[in-house]
Amino acid sequence: MSKITLKVNGRTHTPDVEPSTPLLYILRNDLGLVGPKFGCGLGQCGACTVLINGAAVRSCITPVSSVRSEVTTLEGLAKNGKLHPLQQAWIDEQVPQCGFCQNGQILTAKAMLDKNPHPTDAQIRETMNGTLCRCMSYNRIQTAIKRAATVLADASPASGKEAVA
Amino acid sequence: MSVSNRVPRQIEELLMTHRRGFLKSAGLLAVSFGTLGGRQQAKGQAPAAAPGPGPYPIVDPRKLDSWIVIHEDNSATFYVGKTDPGQGTGTGFRQLMSDELDIAFEKTTCIMGSTDITVDQVGAGGSSAMERDSLPMRRAAAEARRVLLEMASTRLGVPGDQLAVANGVVTAKSDPSKRVTYGELIGGKKFNVTMNGTNVNSVTGQAKIKTIPELKNAGRPTHRDDIPGKVDGSTKWAVDVKLPGMVHARNVKPPYACGRLTGIDESSVKSLPGFIKVMNKGNYVAVVCEREEQAVRAARQLKTTWEKPATAPFPTSEDLFNYLRAAKPAGGSTPAPEGDAELRGPLQRPIVVGNPGAAFSGAAVTIEAEYEIPFQGHTAFGPAHATADPSNNQMTVYSNDMKSYGMRRGVATFLGMPPDRVRVVYMQGSQGYGRTAAEDAACEAAWIAHELGRPVRIQWMRDEETAWDSKSPAFLVKMRGALDAQGHLIGYEYDARSCDYNHLGYNEPDTVLIAQLMGQRRTRPAAGSASMPSDVYSIPNRKMTGEVYGLPAVWETPVRTGNLRDPNGPQSSFASESFIDEVAVAAKADALDFRLKLLEAGTGDDAGFRRARSIAVLKAAAEKYGWDARPSGKPRGAGKILTGRGIAYSFRGQTMVAQIAEVEVNRETGHVWTKRMVCAHDCGFVVNPESLRTSVECGMLHGLSRALHEEVTFNTEKVTSVDWVTHPTLRHTDVPASIEIVLVNGDPNPNRPDLPLYGAGEACLKPTMAAVGNAIYDATGVRLRRVPFRDDRVLAALKTAGV
Repeated sequence: MSKITLKVNGRTHTPDVEPSTPLLYILRNDLGLVGPKFGCGLGQCGACTVLINGAAVRSCITPVSSVRSEVTTLEGLAKNGKLHPLQQAWIDEQVPQCGFCQNGQILTAKAMLDKNPHPTDAQIRETMNGTLCRCMSYNRIQTAIKRAATVLADASPASGKEAVA
Repeated sequence: MSVSNRVPRQIEELLMTHRRGFLKSAGLLAVSFGTLGGRQQAKGQAPAAAPGPGPYPIVDPRKLDSWIVIHEDNSATFYVGKTDPGQGTGTGFRQLMSDELDIAFEKTTCIMGSTDITVDQVGAGGSSAMERDSLPMRRAAAEARRVLLEMASTRLGVPGDQLAVANGVVTAKSDPSKRVTYGELIGGKKFNVTMNGTNVNSVTGQAKIKTIPELKNAGRPTHRDDIPGKVDGSTKWAVDVKLPGMVHARNVKPPYACGRLTGIDESSVKSLPGFIKVMNKGNYVAVVCEREEQAVRAARQLKTTWEKPATAPFPTSEDLFNYLRAAKPAGGSTPAPEGDAELRGPLQRPIVVGNPGAAFSGAAVTIEAEYEIPFQGHTAFGPAHATADPSNNQMTVYSNDMKSYGMRRGVATFLGMPPDRVRVVYMQGSQGYGRTAAEDAACEAAWIAHELGRPVRIQWMRDEETAWDSKSPAFLVKMRGALDAQGHLIGYEYDARSCDYNHLGYNEPDTVLIAQLMGQRRTRPAAGSASMPSDVYSIPNRKMTGEVYGLPAVWETPVRTGNLRDPNGPQSSFASESFIDEVAVAAKADALDFRLKLLEAGTGDDAGFRRARSIAVLKAAAEKYGWDARPSGKPRGAGKILTGRGIAYSFRGQTMVAQIAEVEVNRETGHVWTKRMVCAHDCGFVVNPESLRTSVECGMLHGLSRALHEEVTFNTEKVTSVDWVTHPTLRHTDVPASIEIVLVNGDPNPNRPDLPLYGAGEACLKPTMAAVGNAIYDATGVRLRRVPFRDDRVLAALKTAGV
């Protein structure tokens, strides 16, 4: 065991853990951040997704010692008590069934929109393809991403409208 | 940082806040907060038998107080015995109960499925939420309204018939200044009203429930109340439970089916950090460690030795259908000899109409076909999990089990504890669509916790879940049709063999996997069923049989069956609705028109107007799609992509579904993309059209996933489909470009005040596999009689047919 310094959602933590431990277990069991879920432990499904350096990362196969930058989890997406437009779009489109996968869906979509604010339908489908949903809420997810992209575009400085997130 | 007891405390508060003060005076439920994370027993010390009544008595459904609590702020909490695995039934119950109570929908909350504070309505299953289980809820709410109006009449000195009530406020019609709220009348106090009824479904007070036109919230598209917490990360799921002193367990499964444990080398893990204990009884093995990742590692590293069974537990998945064809006895009406009980379930009586034999001997054309549906996995997105707290001579299980009441009984029996010392706290979980009706993990967590005397959290690994979860039964269906010279279907035979003879019950203590591995056996395994087609076609001569077959191994096997949504409706509908399509082709008829003529040839109908409503959904789907009437199997173009459309219909109970799939088939790769799907759905009165549309859409896509991807594979030793690569599921790129849902009300008197509510959620999967297969035939002229329509299988069929 050794002390690891980890910055998550703006706060710094120093859990005393085995360095090879997957980040997922540290987030869930040591830091109480349970947005990321265990789905496969193989990096196949996306339930455990977090954001690191703007990229969607599978925390179930990421050793905690390899994390060098700040981690954002689902709990860190809302700012100043206001939901991220993706989260709001998920509510507006009534996306989830059971909801267990939605952490991964939302964060994978966030990473995509941060890089590509105006994805085509094909880009959405391809980018999201590795993030699975056994309730098959895919169609709603894709619709919600498009809704959020529109909201974000309207709120961008170029649009001249007030920012929403 | 200290977050150790944050989750359970939040859960307790969610469940109990509204009742805590109330309970003290009511004495209705004697839940002790001290049990939660309370004193821990010494390691290895099982709880001693406790004297006196346990802390969790059965909640009496006849007591009005069991269903509804009115608070001083004029809000209400409803307590119902259902679970909502993500279809929005909880919101639906609030809509209906707030209507009956005449209280603002926004002022209500609904607590579900925790066995010590809600009445036993089984939990979720069978699409029964609205159809059956909402009725006692509505009657209780109506009775509460009646009692409150009586109280208001006394308080205001105004006769009851001169009072009006809206949003929980009672006013005198003649003088609106005379008013009193529900909260002022009874807030924080008991109703002390006992209703009538012999069981939860027959519970009724003196009040009558409202008619359909009188409902205001029900029928209105309403946002689900569980969604915000699921997207902002605030929902605490069963998998998130954390208790003081909690330890982590992981299973070590036999490396092959029916393996016998011959040795455990504990020294292989003893020095690992956090190691606590290897748990073992019979062939059940688990490792317990302080931390989760330690348990994962130790379970992987534990050295165990096993002996293979003397005979193969099952054929290979490739050989399964040959096995079923050759299995003895091969149908017929001879009862199974006693000695064959292991291999054969109870015979289902054949259904015979008219004289099928004569019809076939006089037929102008006879069509025969055989359909194969493999085992398909539940493959829950989150593997099985549960946390058990054994403190203070009780057992609390935190679980997402959809049938929490069955789990309570199962855990109590399995551990030999009085049921009133066991409770199941229902929490959100990954959907399993029937998997959580037989939740192995709960019995495992409870047994280990019971043995260790410490709270235990267990979770299965992905390969364990995908290999060892319950499977939807495989079907082999032989069909024959007889056409006369005019192309009329005059004879029809349906003969289904369902491989469903180690079917799991609902948390039965002798069928959960841990019990089997520990050596428990029933006298006979549980047989599932081999269901008949769900159609009301008018065919003069018809014979339908269905028999359940078993695999050689029925115990301790990963190829065990369980209810996956409609347990075998998708299988029987794939066969029957593909076959009707084949018959229509043989008759050179349009697939829709052929079906409509078979339905319209009938004259009578049942009490639910099933025949009329079957016609209505087929027509609604066709209209939405813009159906082009012609025989299927259109001329193939020269291009790489072949397109076609297919239709299928089915029903479950009284819920009617018709679907049209439009496909693109890549003749070079065999890849099938379902480009467009239309679903017409009639489940009577719709409480929440918004959540119904989502459930139907997602259910239909689950059907599409089963049509295109899902199959359990195994060799003669073990299941070989163990993850999302080897047991694939639908993905984002598979989703149709267009999905259209039409909610139909095909009742002959659609505005009648007693329009029934029928179940939804399962029916929408039934016709999908056939609709897609029929569309592939239309596109390619090739009939695929085995699902899933994976690329390699489609390509091989296209090549064989010279496409």
